[in-house]
Amino acid sequence: MIVRAQSRFSATSEAAVRGERVVCDARGVAWFPEMRLLAVSDLHLEKGSRHARRGYMLPPYDTAATLARLAAVIADYDPTMVVSLGDSFDDIGGAARMPAIYRDQLLALMKGRDWFWVAGNHDPEKPADLPGATVQELGIGGIVFRHEPSAGRLAGEIAGHLHPGARIVQRGRSVRRRCFAADRNRLIMPAFGSFTGALNVLDRAFSNLFCPDNFVAYMLGTDRVYPMDRRLLRSD
Amino acid sequence: MNRPIDDRALEGATLLPEAFSRWFAMRGWQPRAHQLDLLARAEAGRSVLLIAPTGAGKTLAGFMPSLVDLARRGKRKPGAAAQGVHTLYLSPLKALAVDIERNLTRPVTEMGLPISMETRTGDTPAHKRQRQKQAPPDILLTTPEQLALMLASKDAERFFADLRYVIFDELHALVTSKRGQLLSLGLARLRKFVPDLRTIGLSATVAEPDELRRWLVGQNPPGDMADKITVAGGAKPHITILETAEPLPWAGHSAQYSIPEIYDAIKDHRTTLLFVNTRSQAERVFQELWHVNADTLPIALHHGSLDVGQRRRVEKAMETNSLRAIVATSTLDLGIDWGDVDLVVHVGAPKGASRLAQRIGRSNHRMDEPSRAILVPANRFEVLECQAALDANYLGAQDTPPVGAGGLDVLAQHVMGMACAEPFFADELYAEIVSASPYARLDRETFDRIVDFVATGGYALRTYERFARIRQMKDGRWRVAHPMIAQQYRLNVGTIVEAPMLNIRLVRGKTKSALAGGYSLGKIEEYFLETLTPGDTFIFAGQVVRFAGIRENECYVTPAPGADALVPSYGGGKFPLSTYLAAEVRAMLADPSRWHRLPEQVAEWLTIQKEKSVLPSRDDLLIETFPRGNRFYMVAYPFEGRLAHQTLGMLLTRRLERGGARPLGFVATDYAIAIWGLRDMGALNRSGRLTFGELFDEDMLGDDLDAWLADSWLLKRTFRNCAVIAGLIERRHPGKEKSGRQVTVSADLIYDVLRSHDPDHILLRATRADAATGLLDVRRLGEMLSRVKGRIMHKDLPRISPLAVPVMLEIGKERVAGGAEDELLGEAADSLIDEAMGTQ
Repeated sequence: MIVRAQSRFSATSEAAVRGERVVCDARGVAWFPEMRLLAVSDLHLEKGSRHARRGYMLPPYDTAATLARLAAVIADYDPTMVVSLGDSFDDIGGAARMPAIYRDQLLALMKGRDWFWVAGNHDPEKPADLPGATVQELGIGGIVFRHEPSAGRLAGEIAGHLHPGARIVQRGRSVRRRCFAADRNRLIMPAFGSFTGALNVLDRAFSNLFCPDNFVAYMLGTDRVYPMDRRLLRSD
Repeated sequence: MNRPIDDRALEGATLLPEAFSRWFAMRGWQPRAHQLDLLARAEAGRSVLLIAPTGAGKTLAGFMPSLVDLARRGKRKPGAAAQGVHTLYLSPLKALAVDIERNLTRPVTEMGLPISMETRTGDTPAHKRQRQKQAPPDILLTTPEQLALMLASKDAERFFADLRYVIFDELHALVTSKRGQLLSLGLARLRKFVPDLRTIGLSATVAEPDELRRWLVGQNPPGDMADKITVAGGAKPHITILETAEPLPWAGHSAQYSIPEIYDAIKDHRTTLLFVNTRSQAERVFQELWHVNADTLPIALHHGSLDVGQRRRVEKAMETNSLRAIVATSTLDLGIDWGDVDLVVHVGAPKGASRLAQRIGRSNHRMDEPSRAILVPANRFEVLECQAALDANYLGAQDTPPVGAGGLDVLAQHVMGMACAEPFFADELYAEIVSASPYARLDRETFDRIVDFVATGGYALRTYERFARIRQMKDGRWRVAHPMIAQQYRLNVGTIVEAPMLNIRLVRGKTKSALAGGYSLGKIEEYFLETLTPGDTFIFAGQVVRFAGIRENECYVTPAPGADALVPSYGGGKFPLSTYLAAEVRAMLADPSRWHRLPEQVAEWLTIQKEKSVLPSRDDLLIETFPRGNRFYMVAYPFEGRLAHQTLGMLLTRRLERGGARPLGFVATDYAIAIWGLRDMGALNRSGRLTFGELFDEDMLGDDLDAWLADSWLLKRTFRNCAVIAGLIERRHPGKEKSGRQVTVSADLIYDVLRSHDPDHILLRATRADAATGLLDVRRLGEMLSRVKGRIMHKDLPRISPLAVPVMLEIGKERVAGGAEDELLGEAADSLIDEAMGTQ
């Protein structure tokens, strides 16, 4: 199960979901080499401006920062298909609020690729004035992409929504990182957005989703992905 | 400015209404000279700073002008309009306000004065607050946060229209904090309502009384000061250092060796107050005392993390003199009166001479009897520190921190509050704010940037105009854009940002499914729980408990009597050694003629140090280098306190890295810093490749500091506080945290994005300024570096010196500071691979 990186980018670790190869990238995206498909989850674009509307003036730079990181991974992998796994915008009005300069950047990234907006709980509707297909879920081969993981153990699901993060304690110090949460049948992706936090994979929200014996948290390091066995993980 | 008023003041009869003279006579008392002096000055329209030791009748003196004025005013005629608040009393502690109300009620009742008096704190129910607005009491006792709330309401001007006096209690403690900064801005607003408002500050002795005198009055003209009345201290306290036959520890903070001797002292006195520097120390000492408590004396524990109910019970028992000893942290520092304490024991070094004076003031509240106190140093360096503190107390030297410039985050909160009260003109508000002494030097451009921040966040990218929280009206005034904004302000008011805390509950069950119910022991910092694994034991609320797990915001523990506790390792003290005491300790080291006053073991230690290495003179910096094991060590002795040493350690390791010394880590104590690496730093110095002169050059506070700071967790923690105070992110309200981690916006993430996209943002400026004076103690480090320029004394040694032993013993106990989180991840991940491959 734990195989050291074989891809052309060193900052990855490889997993398999129902036999399909998945490259977990330290930058928080998943690459499916056989399908030339890039999956990214929980971008939460325009989160800053949503808070500003409520009276908390968070910096308006989160969209720019998130798109810049997305542009970098897209440039590296040059995917044919991109799946944004829901909560792409922080709220329904997010796409309409997005300044034109960012819209243009996003359009440039989308150009020439099949782009799927999976509906999320923050953005259940099609994003305003953007191309790409809005879908509830997307099935390709034996794999299903959807925003919220479905209850119970299920074969071949790639989901987001939960913002998985993991914590270890080593030499008396606590280290907390976003992570991919996976067993051989399911992969839950880390949140990609610049202002998005993480929920510990040992939280109740994750219980019953994974087979404990095969569970691995792929913690995102600065330039490496660290696969962590369940025994090493600590709750918050 | 100090007109001779004493002649008049002594003719008390002409000043005091009859009810007062009668009352004093009835109690067999004389009004004290400073009480009459203060009254005379206040009646002449002056504001006054009263500096007096505990037990000098400070409170009554402070209220005397109000009581006299109110007594003269007499009863309200039936049908006459209700008067507004006459006197506002502000204290840093809720409990103090309640305490004062109780103490003041007696003279008021006995004199039969027609005066109404009420408290208003965070605990005051809404209906009572509402009634206070309709029918204000004559005297309102409250806290800085409540004043900010009252000033942000629309009828503030009417409510305070009749205000004559504002009394600030424990002013020395208030002014050095952000609460004091917010309060100074509130006072400026009160002065706008009532230009001839008189203020009275009550304070313990401070190093720079003029700062407090300026704080009390409007700074127009700049430098204007309140009058000052100083009451000389009472009888000199009788302080000794615990004499022990036991070996004195080299390092550590537990002072375990002294427990039997402390217990004997408790037996010899009526009531003993035992002060310690940290909560974990309090827990440890309390536990140890019960181990030796053969006579089962009533001994109690009191610290800020305990459940409120438990604390109140202990306080009650204290008042009724039914305790023989109480182990306490700084929660008991401020001037609340407690029963009949006849001995103060201070475990650990007091860290500052003025803190020592304050704590000893707790015992024997009668000015003319000497207080008795015993200092218990926990290790050898603390012996030196205690002796220095003892000398300082007799010299009356003071080392209170300077008041410092007001924070921009506090200013942002105040500007928002003022907009909530009524629309403002920027010019007028600016003039009002610079009349407060902490903000007297605020330039107009910075003020305008703060207004811009309050309106739209103040970002270079101007995309939030349509969401503005305050907007300019046609006439140029700024007003709140939406009532929701005012509501938010009220929820987030105040400058105290608590470290995230979890409730700690004791349950009997052993399984995780039983994690519910139980009874509350108090609160514990989240960061401490970070490192615990279920099954770990620690001491809390005076008992050994076993960590079971966390559910929601509750930490569950089970009793673990008899188990060995893994005691929380909070390091030494929260307070760094004060500059003054540090200088005293260095002077003592340099002067063998003073060593005869030290315990023999300590004098011997210093004598051997002198033989094996050298002792630095008062203004020199000693650096020792020596090999040990397969590492090379460098130990420096700046005596500037943990915070400054930690910053120094971070900067030195960067420089050593660049210089090729291959440093591996460092530890810092209050007294010294030890750095170890793979290359001989002494040899590098000798060869001139990396001299210590260069290494300790002041220029490290330039680029190196900036580069390190940017990524430091210290700065992130400071940013979080600034962001909450300035209203950028919501305050976490205990018990109302329904949303999980994944939806709360982390201040760290905001910091990272802001730093890379808007490095000149005003809130980052506020953060850097805060960190420099707070957690990093850069100011002190800078002073030290400039002091030791050209005065570095290097000693190359074949082995560790006696003086180096204490700091070397900290290695391994302390977490080694630094980044390297990725290495830890790698280690953890690889450990399993090794296990699986059978290489372990």
